[in-house]
Amino acid sequence: MSDVKEFDTRPAGNPSAESPLAWTFHRQGVLPRDANAGVRLREKSFLGHLILRGGAIILDEAVREVLGMALPARPNTLTLDESGERSIQWLSPDEWLVIVPGGEEFALESRLRKAMGQAHYSIINVSGGQTVFTLQGEKAREVLMKSTLYDVHTQAFPVGKGVSTVFAKSTVVLRRPNEDSWELVVRRSFADYCYRWLLDAAAEYGAIVER
Amino acid sequence: MTQVNRLKQGGRIDRSRPLKFVFNGQQYAGYGGDTLASALLANGVDIVNRSFKYSRPRGIVAAGAEEPNAVVQLGATEAAQVPNVRATQQALYQGLTARSTNGWPNVQRDLMGMVGKLSGTFMPPGFYYKTFMAPASLWMTYEKYIRKSAGLGRSPAEPDPDSYEHINQHCDVLIIGAGPAGLTAAVTAARNGARVIFCDEQEEMGGSLLDSRELIDDMPAAQWVDRILDELSSLSNVTLLPRTTANGYHDHNFVTLHERRTEHLGDSAPTGGRRQARARLHRVRASQVVLAAGAHERPLVYANNDVPGNLLAGAVSTYIRRYGVMPGQKLVLSVTNDHAYRTALDWQEAGCEVVAIADARANPKGELVEKAQSLGIRIIAQSAVIEAKGSNRVSAACVAKIDADSFSVVGRVEELACDTIASSGGYSPVIHLSSHTGTRPLWRDDILGFVPGEVKGLTATGGVRGVYPLHEVIRDAADAGVRATLAAGVKTHAEATTLPQVAARQDGEACALYQVPHRKPSMRAPKQFVDLQNDVTAAGIELATREGFESIEHIKRYTAMGFGTDQGKLGNINGMAIAARCLKRTIPEVGTTVFRPNYTPVTFGAIAGRHCRDLFDPERYTALHQWHVEQGAEFEDVGQWKRPWYFPRTVNGKKETMHEAVSRECLAVREHIGILDASTLGKIDIQGPDAREFLGRVYTNKWAKLDVGRVRYGLMCKDDGMLMDDGTTSCLGENHFLMTTTTGGAAGVMEWMELWHQTEWPELDVYFTSVTDHWATMTVTGPDARKLLAEITDIDLDKDQFKFMDWREGTVAGVPARVFRISFTGELSYEINVQANYAMHVWKTLFEHGEKYELTPYGTETMHVLRAEKGLIIVGQDTDGSVTPEDLGMQWAIGYDKPFTWIGKRALSRPDTRRADRKQFVGLKPKDAKVVLEEGAQIVLDPNQSIPMAMVGHVTSSYYSPTLGHGFALAVVKGGHQRMGETVYLPMVDGTVYEAEIVSPVFVDPKGERQHV
Amino acid sequence: MFHIYCPYCEEHREEEEFHPKGQAHIQRPVDPEACSDEAWGDYLFFRDNPRGIHHELWVHAVGCRKFFNITRHTVSYEILETYKMGEKPSITAADLSEKDKQAGVQAASGGWQTVGARPESEALNKEARA
Repeated sequence: MSDVKEFDTRPAGNPSAESPLAWTFHRQGVLPRDANAGVRLREKSFLGHLILRGGAIILDEAVREVLGMALPARPNTLTLDESGERSIQWLSPDEWLVIVPGGEEFALESRLRKAMGQAHYSIINVSGGQTVFTLQGEKAREVLMKSTLYDVHTQAFPVGKGVSTVFAKSTVVLRRPNEDSWELVVRRSFADYCYRWLLDAAAEYGAIVER
Repeated sequence: MTQVNRLKQGGRIDRSRPLKFVFNGQQYAGYGGDTLASALLANGVDIVNRSFKYSRPRGIVAAGAEEPNAVVQLGATEAAQVPNVRATQQALYQGLTARSTNGWPNVQRDLMGMVGKLSGTFMPPGFYYKTFMAPASLWMTYEKYIRKSAGLGRSPAEPDPDSYEHINQHCDVLIIGAGPAGLTAAVTAARNGARVIFCDEQEEMGGSLLDSRELIDDMPAAQWVDRILDELSSLSNVTLLPRTTANGYHDHNFVTLHERRTEHLGDSAPTGGRRQARARLHRVRASQVVLAAGAHERPLVYANNDVPGNLLAGAVSTYIRRYGVMPGQKLVLSVTNDHAYRTALDWQEAGCEVVAIADARANPKGELVEKAQSLGIRIIAQSAVIEAKGSNRVSAACVAKIDADSFSVVGRVEELACDTIASSGGYSPVIHLSSHTGTRPLWRDDILGFVPGEVKGLTATGGVRGVYPLHEVIRDAADAGVRATLAAGVKTHAEATTLPQVAARQDGEACALYQVPHRKPSMRAPKQFVDLQNDVTAAGIELATREGFESIEHIKRYTAMGFGTDQGKLGNINGMAIAARCLKRTIPEVGTTVFRPNYTPVTFGAIAGRHCRDLFDPERYTALHQWHVEQGAEFEDVGQWKRPWYFPRTVNGKKETMHEAVSRECLAVREHIGILDASTLGKIDIQGPDAREFLGRVYTNKWAKLDVGRVRYGLMCKDDGMLMDDGTTSCLGENHFLMTTTTGGAAGVMEWMELWHQTEWPELDVYFTSVTDHWATMTVTGPDARKLLAEITDIDLDKDQFKFMDWREGTVAGVPARVFRISFTGELSYEINVQANYAMHVWKTLFEHGEKYELTPYGTETMHVLRAEKGLIIVGQDTDGSVTPEDLGMQWAIGYDKPFTWIGKRALSRPDTRRADRKQFVGLKPKDAKVVLEEGAQIVLDPNQSIPMAMVGHVTSSYYSPTLGHGFALAVVKGGHQRMGETVYLPMVDGTVYEAEIVSPVFVDPKGERQHV
Repeated sequence: MFHIYCPYCEEHREEEEFHPKGQAHIQRPVDPEACSDEAWGDYLFFRDNPRGIHHELWVHAVGCRKFFNITRHTVSYEILETYKMGEKPSITAADLSEKDKQAGVQAASGGWQTVGARPESEALNKEARA
């Protein structure tokens, strides 16, 4: 829709950027590297995050045209492109989360806006406001059981599912992009809390943190 | 000390694992597999506690959760102290150290015992209420002594070294209780492929089968238990949780399970290796619950039934068969049913003497009765133990013929020498959990007990629904397992349900007996205890009914029956039966009290889980947090955010006080330049053709004509006209706005707007999205703000090009930025917004260039002082949900003539909001320049009036102003806008009365010239 | 801890993900300026408190952020249905059995609450004053 101010918040030069866990890693100094760790945790920082809002049918057409992917129409589902680097997740009947490699988001927003024409919708760049944690390992599921109310049993949470839910006393978007990993989309200001919580919950299994 | 009562053989204890433990300072020995209770009995310890009120000596009565007396304090060190532990549920471990919770100076010699000896005439129910009620002020004095002598355990005075956690579970079928019913239901559900959680509170699963005399599939019952457990533990769809009590049953099949993971190993979780939680609280959402909690044996209520050596019949069998412990040498058994006869058989088989069985039935018959007769055991029909003899241990039992109908002793009293009396008045289904849901239990005459009322998603099976014979229990439970599995939506197949073979036993019918009649009336007979833990007697319940208490809920509160950690496990039915007899009603007419969580005590650690210490609550950090920490900022909690409060400097080796730091920061802003991390402000991106219309409806002021590039301050009210939030909103594009909210109000405002959009005005085309975390916000403010910003931005800062309440975009320190010229300090200000990932770069660049201007970081305290000097409100500090925009004197921000009746407008013409004496927002200038008034201080017009004074308002904000050189305050005062120049008074707690003048709330630069430069 | 079916997410979620927002079907008067003070006060402050069937507005705050309605039994706490905004409840006072009525089970009407505010009562009040 016209009359909306597009704004690329990513600088052209290369000023140093800090991920939401920058202070956490700095404070921790040496990151955990337990032998026989049951859990591996990694921050996927500086990705492009867009929130799409609007009618499912027109948004679906637009993302098919621009991203070559379908908009997940079923509640609590997630679609990924072949590389696994671009994803669209259902958040609500009129809201989707798009995550793409860092730097693609502004161009994507502009192309989507062109494709959407005069329809009523909104696209918001939230790349600075959230980050992604990847949780892997044989005890990842148990760590999640200690952290979220949502049923993370394989039967209830197959690959391709994603939900917004409670995480400890915070909230996350929890998703399962593939067989052996879980992703947590965490709000920037809660990232340190969620990170500390995960490591504490993983203490009995041992953990490895990768940057 | 030797284990005098330990049988040479038998029991499930591990004799190859001897353990030492300490009770009340004395060292004893036991074995692996013992509970603290079985080990104490093995060592011949009769007295384990003193009673709560009368301080009478008490021994072990039961073998499980229903134990009322052996409640101990656990822990060898201060940090490991745990109160309220039932000795019958505590596994023995090497070095276990426990104490009685009652008894002063000790359980053997107890001073308060004198009170008990002097008897209940001095301490009837209601004693405390009646005696200590008046004067109320003395209660504090009494209480100290009563508490000291009574005691209910104590909490540790040192931090708990252990960790605890919660874990969320989901399943098709949750099975509670691993006795014959639970095992059968669990294996049935599991074989059908249901996701099963199976929990049991005991150290070992198996329940009554662990001490049963019966055979299942031609093998001893305990062996069958092992076989089933082996099968269950091999299945991936089953979670087995021994040592796990279902302690609360909440709405929609949400059940909390308290799993004690290391409490059988030591005082604290084992150290070395990885940290493990001492206890876990499982939060289970079950599609279906199978309640197989069984039944508690009901003791008979007879005189002196609390003397050590009085036990439940079933407990005696458990101690003999499961723990290899003889609780005594000579037994008298008082029963109302066949099942309890097994205790006599177990006792005799163990080689000790059964003196007699007093059976309340006129003509007992049944397989077990015949077995006892064939062994030559004396059975006295239509009789019961009416009184126990002995003080520290039973020495004899008085047995007499009784008539339950006329409630009288009808024959001669025979005194039988013995050291143990075991009684069984039948069985009370353990309906506690089902009662937690609010359902009322149902009385059944045929089983003389309450069974669970209907609960959606609950299937009760076995003893808990009054099915007692083993062969019937197993059939009932297999059926329950199938029904629950199907109800959970899991298909079942017939071959999964093969019933194990159990011989049917012929039992005679049980009879009803609760309180045993005595030759003397209850009030004069020796005490007949109903609730041993709370020292409630039959006479006490009789008294309550005589004093007019008819409802069982009132009787409970008057007598304390079923209170506290006991929750009436042994006493409630007997108490109700006594009340029913006194009131000449039936038990169901008297009703039952409501059982509440928790079934047995849960440690605070388990309740808190991981939500403690530095994980107690989320701490939200801005992108600049590390810088603040490194600068030595003091932090303030604002909601969950950590915000810099002030930045104390160290001058000549001395750290500034808060007052010094804030004064310096304030003057820096007013004279040069300061910088604030304002990232915590809520930010909402609003897009859509109706965005402007929507703003006009939720804000009190006008938005129709705000141009692109402009910013406006707005007030948001609830529909009752009271202010709920404020902030600025910028027009980014014709259909695109950026709203800011207060830090604490961000989530609430977002939900508020969605509420109106979704429920009242869905026709408006507009979307809201939170961008609070995406943007970092830095406020550069002070006379030098333009000069500094100009050095690192490509935005034209010319005062005529970029005016007050304008916003522009460009780059700052090379980073794309939106800059808003708004001011919360009254000075020339720029709020720089950049994507949070680049905030630190921009912030540091500002400081590189700001040094020459003495750029000073300031925190929330300075922010508060500066805004208060300008009379700018903080929602939630200067307002409290009862303040309208008019009360604040902000008529300029109210668009009464807007076409749509915006939220809050209609209420502003209600009589209440038009009152002339509403509290209105004003400034206060203390007469004494040195005084800083207390926030919250009440304001009066006449300090000499009598107390209670007529209060006309209160101070909402108060600070010292380094700019003005005196203290000043903001306040709300009745009719304050018409009281300018008047003097008001603020009487303080210490008697001081401060004087202040009502003035305009704008103290600095009333014309607002400084922010416009 | 309720287990609530979100009609937008199309599955049951834990209560912690939701916020209760009070009685459902309280409509803001279309022309507030035409409301009497009593009627406006009624809309602002007065709500049903039935012992039985109640219609409640909830929001899936931590999930899809959609508002929806719940028909809940205030004694058993059973959630009888959930339905989207703009839809009508299928379980209402009409569904109360005779037995329920005799047992005093009530149903929320979502209508006018205070006697003074009820339009027909307003006329009566005027008569009484005159």
